[in-house]
Amino acid sequence: MTLSIDDIKRTARLAQIETSEQEAQQTLEQLSAIFELIAQMQQVDTTDVAPMSHAQDMVQRLRDDQVTETDQHLLFQSIAPQVEADLYLVPRVIE
Amino acid sequence: MLNTSLKQLSSLLAARKISSTELTQIFLSRINNLNPQLNAFITLDGEKSLAQAKHADEMIASGHSTPLTGIPIAQKDIFCTQGWLTTCGSKMLSNFVSPYDATVVSRFNQAGMVNLGKTNMDEFAMGSSNETSYYGPVKNPWDTTAVPGGSSGGSASAVAARMTPAATGTDTGGSIRQPAALCGISGIKPTYGLVSRYGMIAFASSLDQGGPMAKSAEDLALLLTVMTGFDEHDSTSLQRETEDYTSALEKPVNQVRIGLPKEFFGQGLHADVASAIEIAFAEYRKLGVTFVDISLPNSSLAIPVYYVLAPAEASSNLSRFDGVRYGYRTAEYRNLEDMYRKTRAQGFGAEVKRRILIGSYVLSHGYYDAYYLKAQKLRRLIANDFQEAFKQCDLIMGPTSPTVAFNIGEKNNDPIQMYLSDVYTSAASLAGLPGMSIPVGFGEKSRPVGLHIIGNYFQESRMLNVAHAYQQVTDWHQREPAI
Repeated sequence: MTLSIDDIKRTARLAQIETSEQEAQQTLEQLSAIFELIAQMQQVDTTDVAPMSHAQDMVQRLRDDQVTETDQHLLFQSIAPQVEADLYLVPRVIE
Repeated sequence: MLNTSLKQLSSLLAARKISSTELTQIFLSRINNLNPQLNAFITLDGEKSLAQAKHADEMIASGHSTPLTGIPIAQKDIFCTQGWLTTCGSKMLSNFVSPYDATVVSRFNQAGMVNLGKTNMDEFAMGSSNETSYYGPVKNPWDTTAVPGGSSGGSASAVAARMTPAATGTDTGGSIRQPAALCGISGIKPTYGLVSRYGMIAFASSLDQGGPMAKSAEDLALLLTVMTGFDEHDSTSLQRETEDYTSALEKPVNQVRIGLPKEFFGQGLHADVASAIEIAFAEYRKLGVTFVDISLPNSSLAIPVYYVLAPAEASSNLSRFDGVRYGYRTAEYRNLEDMYRKTRAQGFGAEVKRRILIGSYVLSHGYYDAYYLKAQKLRRLIANDFQEAFKQCDLIMGPTSPTVAFNIGEKNNDPIQMYLSDVYTSAASLAGLPGMSIPVGFGEKSRPVGLHIIGNYFQESRMLNVAHAYQQVTDWHQREPAI
């Protein structure tokens, strides 16, 4: 399969990364080489193989539905870019 | 004092031959001398280190010490450390002072160890040469024109240059073992799930695993005993009995069967590395181990599989860095989306962006089955290969990396060549198996060679035992660079 410049731009949009025309072109070349390497995966027949999503076959632990963490919002917000009235500030979303 | 083992340091501290404060000062002064040249540390804070040392001295004086109390350790800058700048090697976190401690950091604090500083690393642990760090490349103390490996390059360089007796590292595809090999030190990546990932900044969550880096297997055993254990804050932390990894160090090794996968000795392995490994095997034969030929037929696909799965997980993990709650935010933006895009474009370096794009692509509509699912199926085959192999042997050995340390700048414009530096380490990572590297000599340009030891799940004690036996009859682990 061949990657196109539109694939790169679409993926960069999905990943929320601003990309200039020149960067997109350079990324296209590098990613094409990496996907050539990745294409080696197609050599092996994996019909009927169960996908392995994790190194350990384990189930998620359950715990009682109780509050375990204390409120530390002032500490956490002390390192935020912009805070007002205990809220994280971002540019206006709804006009 | 600089080249002393942790066990010896522990005895000296217990016998009051030296205080933790004095010991900490010795290493801080070594760091002050060498760090400008090697760039192994991103953040140093002598006052904080000495305050911890004072506390350790009080623990010793009051009889509340552990075997590691008062011994300095350096923390890879991927571990959140309360009150310390924790950058993960990225501009994105260049202003992030962590409000809490990673479990690994708390465990070492509780043991009374002294944090000497935060070590340099590839940005978000993505790299094999420590050249992707926002804070500049780390130099290899054996040859400052060479890379130290990565991503735990700062930790490896710091231990090799004797700027610290021990350090933490993390390993996703080889990030403890490869830099340990390239810097001539010992390092172990434990079985996935043994070391808590809480507060360890996530790269690829199903692969990331913390581990210790030090001079010898004996040092690693002491550190691993403190570092491992169940943590309710990590949903993938394993609930099992804690182990004392020092207890089996002295066991005889003459019954041990070592598997040599033919795939680890083929094309791509440089002759200087192959010959150092052969000499190490000869030493092991003298110790009475038996070698058996084995095969890991799917291991050649570990790199392609890794470069689908790790970026996929990274693209999801790194979506949290958006300039809203902490970290870098771009200075000028038109609206929220523009803020996200500019923040991420400016805050992440080239390799991180490359991997986020690979990950976003393989997870996007229409490509999931062909890439992500296919890679997960191959991951199963790679893991099964190891289980087949362990029917014939107790441990697996091979070279840690196909070459000795390469030159700074040699591979950073060629991602593929860089990726192949982890060709022998990534298969064990995908399977979640423990792996370690120990120094076994020198190759081209007198740069170090590492021996890779892979065990089955939870076989760390045996791996350390076999490594320790070798280190009892050789002195590679005690060699110091002339810097």
